[in-house]
Amino acid sequence: MQVLYFAWVRERIGLPREQVQTEAATVAELVEELRGREERYAAAFADLSALRVALDQELAEFTDPLDGVREVAFFPPMTGG
Amino acid sequence: MTVRVHSDAFDPGAEVNAFTAAADGAGAVVSFSGLVRDVAGGLQAMEIEHYPGMTEKALAEIRDAAVRRWRLTGALIVHRHGVLAPGEVIMMVATAARHRRDAFEAAEFLMDYLKSRAPFWKKERTDAGAAWVAARDDDEDALSRW
Repeated sequence: MQVLYFAWVRERIGLPREQVQTEAATVAELVEELRGREERYAAAFADLSALRVALDQELAEFTDPLDGVREVAFFPPMTGG
Repeated sequence: MTVRVHSDAFDPGAEVNAFTAAADGAGAVVSFSGLVRDVAGGLQAMEIEHYPGMTEKALAEIRDAAVRRWRLTGALIVHRHGVLAPGEVIMMVATAARHRRDAFEAAEFLMDYLKSRAPFWKKERTDAGAAWVAARDDDEDALSRW
């Protein structure tokens, strides 16, 4: 699946997007996998309360399943307007 | 019922005039424009990042929710991304309705949802460096009244 990062999450990880091969069943499991990769991922995902997630461009929860999802995005709370 | 997202500057006055001219049967038009504000002094630029694809979908959903809830004859959302200077117009909403209450309430609803449900992120560049603008709890709280 494609994993996208925005704002300071993108800056901390150092990438706007990447292709990730995963068996993770939920967003939370995917986050655990990413955290375990490298320090920059651990830093970006240190506090999930400061993060939001979208699955296929719809806001979602960290407990949501990844079945059939093609695009996951992680970002801080939005500041539009 | 238009949603537009782009980096180009736009003229909110011209937008309101065109919107009003097209608002058939409306007795009221309400518009709001948001500007880049230099809160602490020393702001050089505001960078607005967004999530292409999701942004347009989220704004269309917010607009559709307003159209379901109020009797609107028109709704417009325009939002910029990219690098903006202090004083520049970031975004605007406009609503048209037969009666002013529908137009006012729908415009406020659009703004409240746009603040915390549309995937935009602001970064301020100042003399002292650059920092992401933190989301405000009261922006999230504002949704509870709807």
